[in-house]
Order: sequence, then C-alpha cells, then structure tokens
Amino acid sequence: MEGQPKNPRGTSLSSDDIKRGRTFLLPYTPRLEYAWDCGEAITRYLEELKNGRLVARTCHRCQRTLLPPRMFCEVCFRPTDDWVFVKDTGTVNTFSLCYVTWDVRKLRKPEIPAVIEMDGASPGMGIMHLLGGVDPKKVRVGMRVRAVWKPPTERTGSITDILYFAPLKGNGTAARRKRKGKR
Amino acid sequence: MGSRVAIIGLGFTPARPTSSHQSYKEMMFEAAQRAYADAGIEAADVQSFVTCAEDLNEGLSIFDEYTPDQLGAMLKPMHTLTQDGLHGLADAALQILSGLFELVVVEAHSKASNIVAPDWIADYATDPVLNRPLGLNPHYIAGLEMQRFLHESGVKHEQCAHVAAKNRRHALRNPAAAYPAHLEAKDVLASPPAFEPLHEKEIARTADGCIVLVVAGEDRAHRSAAKPVWVRGVGWANGSFALESRNWAHPDYVRRAAEIAYRQAGIHDPAREIQLLEVDDTYAYKELQHLEALRVFPNAADAARATERGETQQGARLPVNVSGGVLGMGNLLEANGLARVAELVLQLRGQSGARQVEGARVGLAQSWRGVPTTSAAVAILGLE
Amino acid sequence: MGYRKVAIVGAGMTKFVRRALETPRELSWLAAKAALDSAEMKLDQVDSVVFGSAPDAFDGLHMKGEFVADGCGAWGKPYLRCYVGGGTGVYAIAQGWLHVASGLFDTCLVVCEEKMSTCQPHPQGAFLTIFDNFTEQPLKPNLLWIFALEQNRYMQVHGITLEEIARVSVKNKRNALGHPCAQLGAELTVEDVLKSEVMAWPVHRLMVSPTSDGAAAVVLAAEHVARRVTNKPVWIEGVGWCLDTAYWTNRDLYYPRYVERAARMAYEMAGIREPRKEINIAEPYDPFAYKELHHLEGLQLAPKGQAAKLLADGVFDRDGDLPATPSGGLLGVGNPIAAAGTMKICELFWQLRGEAGARQVPGKPRRGVAQAWGDLMQVGTVVVVGV
Repeated sequence: MEGQPKNPRGTSLSSDDIKRGRTFLLPYTPRLEYAWDCGEAITRYLEELKNGRLVARTCHRCQRTLLPPRMFCEVCFRPTDDWVFVKDTGTVNTFSLCYVTWDVRKLRKPEIPAVIEMDGASPGMGIMHLLGGVDPKKVRVGMRVRAVWKPPTERTGSITDILYFAPLKGNGTAARRKRKGKR
Repeated sequence: MGSRVAIIGLGFTPARPTSSHQSYKEMMFEAAQRAYADAGIEAADVQSFVTCAEDLNEGLSIFDEYTPDQLGAMLKPMHTLTQDGLHGLADAALQILSGLFELVVVEAHSKASNIVAPDWIADYATDPVLNRPLGLNPHYIAGLEMQRFLHESGVKHEQCAHVAAKNRRHALRNPAAAYPAHLEAKDVLASPPAFEPLHEKEIARTADGCIVLVVAGEDRAHRSAAKPVWVRGVGWANGSFALESRNWAHPDYVRRAAEIAYRQAGIHDPAREIQLLEVDDTYAYKELQHLEALRVFPNAADAARATERGETQQGARLPVNVSGGVLGMGNLLEANGLARVAELVLQLRGQSGARQVEGARVGLAQSWRGVPTTSAAVAILGLE
Repeated sequence: MGYRKVAIVGAGMTKFVRRALETPRELSWLAAKAALDSAEMKLDQVDSVVFGSAPDAFDGLHMKGEFVADGCGAWGKPYLRCYVGGGTGVYAIAQGWLHVASGLFDTCLVVCEEKMSTCQPHPQGAFLTIFDNFTEQPLKPNLLWIFALEQNRYMQVHGITLEEIARVSVKNKRNALGHPCAQLGAELTVEDVLKSEVMAWPVHRLMVSPTSDGAAAVVLAAEHVARRVTNKPVWIEGVGWCLDTAYWTNRDLYYPRYVERAARMAYEMAGIREPRKEINIAEPYDPFAYKELHHLEGLQLAPKGQAAKLLADGVFDRDGDLPATPSGGLLGVGNPIAAAGTMKICELFWQLRGEAGARQVPGKPRRGVAQAWGDLMQVGTVVVVGV
C-alpha cells in the first residue's frame, strides 16, 4: 500500500561522518553582543534585588500586583500605578528536576527550576527561579519557600542575587533535623 | 470581502541615536498608546496584530514572544514577520481584504543602540560559505553596488552627495528625526572614505524608535473620526540573494514591487500622479537608484540631475524624503518602511508643520532591507 | 461569512533527519519542488511565496529568510516570512491562505524549513536565548525546564500519571513506522518509555521529540485554479491563531487557553459547532508526549484532564473514533521546528485524499484539524481542512 510522500529526498549524516571529515564543514562563531536598555520597570526591579527586596507594580483597575514589574498593565492596557514591595517567600506552583544543562551536559545532582507564586503579589503571580537547600525527592507542588540571598557585597543587581529558594523553616527536612539537635 | 484599506491611526516615539530611558517594551507601549489615541480606539477593539522584527537585531530568539503585552495583544491573533514594516502593512492589507478582520495593528521598532557590534550582526546575514570567509565589513556590498551603479548609469559621485546633504537638511524640520544637519554636498564628499566610493556621510547611522499603525477596512475607516489615509496599493518582492548573480546597477526587485503597487493603485505615470516620495536612502546613491526603479525618473542620471538642481527638495516640484529619509531620520532597521509611511500619513493629513508639502494627495513609500538583501516593498497612500 | 475559497492542491516534504547534508536552501528547494511536482505545477504559476522557519539562531544566519528565498522559488515574487516560534509550521498555511483569500493572488507556495544541526555543540543551547534577557537568562535556563514545569503542573492538577503520558510516545512512534520520512519510528512499550533516562523530571528521554533538519511545503490555490489542477482539492475551511502573554510565570500552565482561542476562531470560520463529532482526524502538536494531550484538550477534542483516558480507551488510535497524529508526529517523524507543523498539514492533505498509504486512517475521513504551538508556552495556531 504505497502512499505519500513517495521517494522523499534528504541525505542523513552521522556524527561519525562529521568526526571523520567525510563532509565539508565551515565553522563560524558569531559575535552576538547586546547591551539592553532596562528601562524604568526592570531598572528598579534589579536595583531592589541588589537591596535584597522584590518590587512589583500595581494596576488599580484590575487590582492586580504585577511581578516582574512592568510600567503597563497587559490586561487593562493602561500605565500601572504604584510600586509595592512583595515578600521574598512564596509557594511552589510547579517544579522540575533537571539532569541536563542548557548546553546538554549531564548533571549528577539535578538543578531544580520552579515557578514560585510570590506572597504579596496577586494569586498565581509567579516568577521562575531555582530551588536549593532541599532534597530533590522532597520537593512538592504547594511547598512553601523563602529566598536565600547572596551576601549584600556580592549582589550585582540581577535575578541571581537570589541564590535559590529554600523550604521555609518548619517545613523542610533541614529544619526538622536541626530540631533533633544532630546533623 | 472588504474592498479598501486605510490607515486611521499613527503613533511613534521620535527617532533618536539612543533611548536609554525606555526598554523596548516601554517604547512600544508609548507608541501604541499614541496610535490608539490618534485612531480614537481602545486596544480591546483591535482584532489582529503584526510585529516586524528580526531576532538577532533584538538579541532574543522567537521575538514574537515578547510583543503582545505592551500592544494590548494578549490572547489575540498576533504574529511576527521577519521583514520591514511595509511588509507588515501588506500583511495587514491581506488580513483585511480577505474579510477576516477589519482592524489590524502593525508595529516595528529599532533598538539599534543596544546592539554592541552591529556590523557583526550584518555580517551574520551574508552567505556563510561563499562570502563571509572574506572577512569584510558587509557595507562593502553597498560599495560594490555603488561602483557599478555609477559606472553604468553615468551618475556622478557628487550628485549622490547632494542626496545626503538634502536629506540631512530636510531632517532639520522634522522633530522626529535623529540626525538633522545643515550639510552641503562638499561636506559629504569631504567626510572620510568608508567603503569607496562611499564616504562616511553617505551612510545612514542607526537610530532607536518605534512606530505603530492602526489599519482598518473601508467600513471601519468611514466610522472613524480620523481622516483615513487610503492604502491604494502595496507591493513587495525579492530578488536573488546571491551576490554573484545580482544586477548591481538596477534593483529589479524594487521595480517589481512597484509594478504590483502601481497596478493595484491604478497608477500609470508615477511622476505625474504622485506628489510625495519617501524612498530608501540608507546609502545616498540608493535614492537615485530607487527613483529609477520606481519609474519616477526614466533613468538614474535624470534623477541625479534633478536632485542637483534642487527639484527634489521640500517646496520644489517633486519632493523626495522630506522626512529626512533614512539618512536624516536614522536607520531604524525593520521600522524604516513605517517611518516612510508615517511621514506620508502626516503630510496627507496636513499635520507636517514646517515640513508641509502643499497639495499632496498621493504619496509613495518604499523600503529596502539593507545589505545583503534584495528585498523591497512599496506602498501608495492617498486621500481618495 | 463568505470567504474566497482556497484549497491545498499539492504537498511535499524531505526526510526528517538528525543531521542533513543539504543546506537550508537545498532542503527548501527539495520540499518546494516536491509540492509543485505533486500538483503538476510550475514555478511561474506561483503568484506569491510564504516561508516559515523558527529561530535564526539555529541555521547560523541572520535574516535567514532572505538567504533561503531562492530555495523557496521566491525570486522576483512577493515573499513573506512569518514567525511564531514552533507555531510557524501551521500558521504559515494561514498566512498563505490570507494571500489567496485577499483576492490579490490566485496561488501561494508555502515552504517551511529548519536546519537545527548547524548549531554547535548542540542545537539545544540556542534555546537559552528565548528566555527573558532581564529576568530569566541569568539563571541559565534550559528548554527542557519549561516543558517539565508545564508537564508537572498538568499532571498535578488532573492527577495524570506518567504511564498515561508515555502512551502518546508509543502511539506516535508506532504510527511513524508508516511514514517514509520518519526519523524515529519505533515499536515501543510504555515500559521502554518509562525506563528511558530522566532528562528533567517528569520528562523522560523517549517523551521528547528530537532536533531535526527538514522541510515541508504545500501549494495553495484559488478555486478556479484548484479545479484545473486536481480533482481532489483539500479546502482550507478555517484558520485561527492566538498569542498569550509573555509573562508565562503569571499564568497557570495546566491548560493551553491560547490553543482554545485559536481553535474556536478556526472552528467558527469552518462552521464547526461540535468538534469532537465533526472532526475526523486531528494532528495536534506533539513536541513532548504530554503536549499532545494538553493540546487535544485545548482543541476541544477532549474535556479538560480527560485526554489521557480517551487515549487509553483507544479513541485516538489510527483506527479509533478520532485518530490523533496518524502521521507519527514530532515524536516519530521528527521536529525540524517549522517544518514539523507543515508536515502535519501535508498529512491531513494526504489522509483526506486517501493517499496516506500505510498510515491511512480508515473510513474516508472528511475533515481534519492541524495545530502547532510555540514560544514560551504561548501560541496556538490552528488550521481546519476538509473535502
């Protein structure tokens, strides 16, 4: 029962073909460098991260507190109104245990990316970050976490001024072990 | 099926060499707010959105991800074209003429100041096997083309310099232009040689800015408070990409794009039927080359003589690039075509202040995507 | 609403492979030529060209559309390159539809291509740049993250198991055995899938589509041309597309509302009120196994949270009530990003004409829906076709 597509073209090469130089390759490294204007909202966001704080914007019409902050409300299409600080604690909305880096190297200890709904922002208003200081097997959706910050002198005004989010005391393994008095 | 298409709203941020006070999102929000206010609409009224952007000019992959929120396009039909804003206007026309939508927004912007090594990005667009290994700054392609163009057309270098001087002077009256200057042709020729025969002041410098258009179908346009500017025709075309097989002196793809636009607009004698021209002049000689391809002049040498005599200045018989063009406003990357359209819209509405061309009823906007491309688009706009 | 009738009259594609010898232009040429040949049409009968491709970062070119244009037959013609990330392959057909439906053109050649293998050391790395430059890239995120985060949320909210999700891989890779272009056709069991390496929990390796090189193309024509060219035109009955907010961490990922909106737009155009009854074949986008289920729900072909159950009941098998991904999909045929969506359109074209050979869905299917997805869990693009 021959059907379409008939006799498709295309020549497959193996990584071996590449390694053994059976095909002509021309390597090129582009110079792709950018210095993005952060603008009003992100400049303040990054400045406050350096101060060890998370800042959001409010929209009075839809009454949401927006994180990451932006100068416009995408729902109401109007300028946002005020700056407001939110807490550095939140709830894990979803997470993953990743054993591969962005450039496809294997990891033995997984990275734990998560979306964390931040306290003080509107419900469901999450940011992406990493979880740490926790046994990967114990991570759960709904877990309560707190930001673990770099020391002030090491902060540069970046999302990485937060090292990771760790379970709130009284909720995670580390805290329970400490209470037993031994480590 | 709708029968006609009009621009009923225009908003923009002025073109400037840098724009560090705004992120690209904030810049787009400002232009969009202005455009919707100009059109007398709410963002929620818009049915479809088109952004014109190239990932590597933004520094972000899949740039369309980052476009909806600041335009009011969240959860609406929206897509990106990796082409000039005039292609975006063509796309809006297709959407309206098909009957699918009656209110479409087109946006394009430049944050060229955020690109640290722009010539390397341009290099990345060249043929990786046949051309890039030569390791030349890609502006050389324009130099090669100008050399051949001068040779075949008989246009003199000095005449090209007149184009640059004219457009920089035009920019003096355009508050939205980034590079106003009182230049004479001799100043242009005295600037350092860059990619001979090109001198530095013949090459447009980049600028930042954002332009948003609100485009409507005929019924919707008639219900609008704003005076509609009708899109009477829009054409676009590509030539062969290969440097090795292009016609250096004559950009046939510009001629083809114009043919399509003229046919739709019912224009047979462009020089007589069009009063206002905004054409690409990223490199000064290009204005003359394009005027020939657009059949506004029978040949480039005629266009060059007319320029030298001052006939293409504001106030003269056939004004070309009264906005300042790309040289005067700045190279706005994918937004160049919309900058040309913006000028036509303001002129046709009588909103151009000191730049106003009296009696303009039909205008032409043309864009070219810069080296190494052979991509052009043409739009004819009119009051009727 | 009376739209000008537009049909697909020809389709063609290259093999999808991990690493092709052919350049992007050559891949585009092969697919475009195959599509024109299948319609017995010549390039001078093509009035306009649409090209679709996803990030330039892969092919090693800025303004990739300009470079590839010659391979798409765009010389001297109006040429547009549209782009909505992974949604491009289906959206490009809508873009082509606009050309002909506008009345400005009678024919349009739509070509979608991707050459991911150019990117070294691995195409995966280029995905770093799709994340927000200010708030996300410093964390060095991985493309797998967003899929894993979404899959986990989807599983959590509905109580869906990994076994249920693994069934999608089994179905699609098995279907792909009947596809001459397939990169990863295979006979697998659920256990095989679950035993495969955990890349980013809960995503296992055999739940992920590969990176690929390939191209696919279709020829669109207005009615009077279509009837001259073929006695079985496949009509484009509906198109829809929808882009959600860039702030993906502010949304709940358990449901693709942007796919629903795109689907509703297309169904309304097509006059479809009960998709589950009126659609005979679905080609939902399946870059990851769970995504097919996620998208079937967005497409209104399964109630929220129920797609997995319907799959287990055999509803979506090739001989089931509503065959889903009879092509073998991205999981089985391959995922050269934009070309993969167009491959799904080609599949519907062949299926509705009874030309799908070993993959043919029984019972003379009359209506199909193809859907693609892309960006940061953001865009839905949908096309409904029928005979």
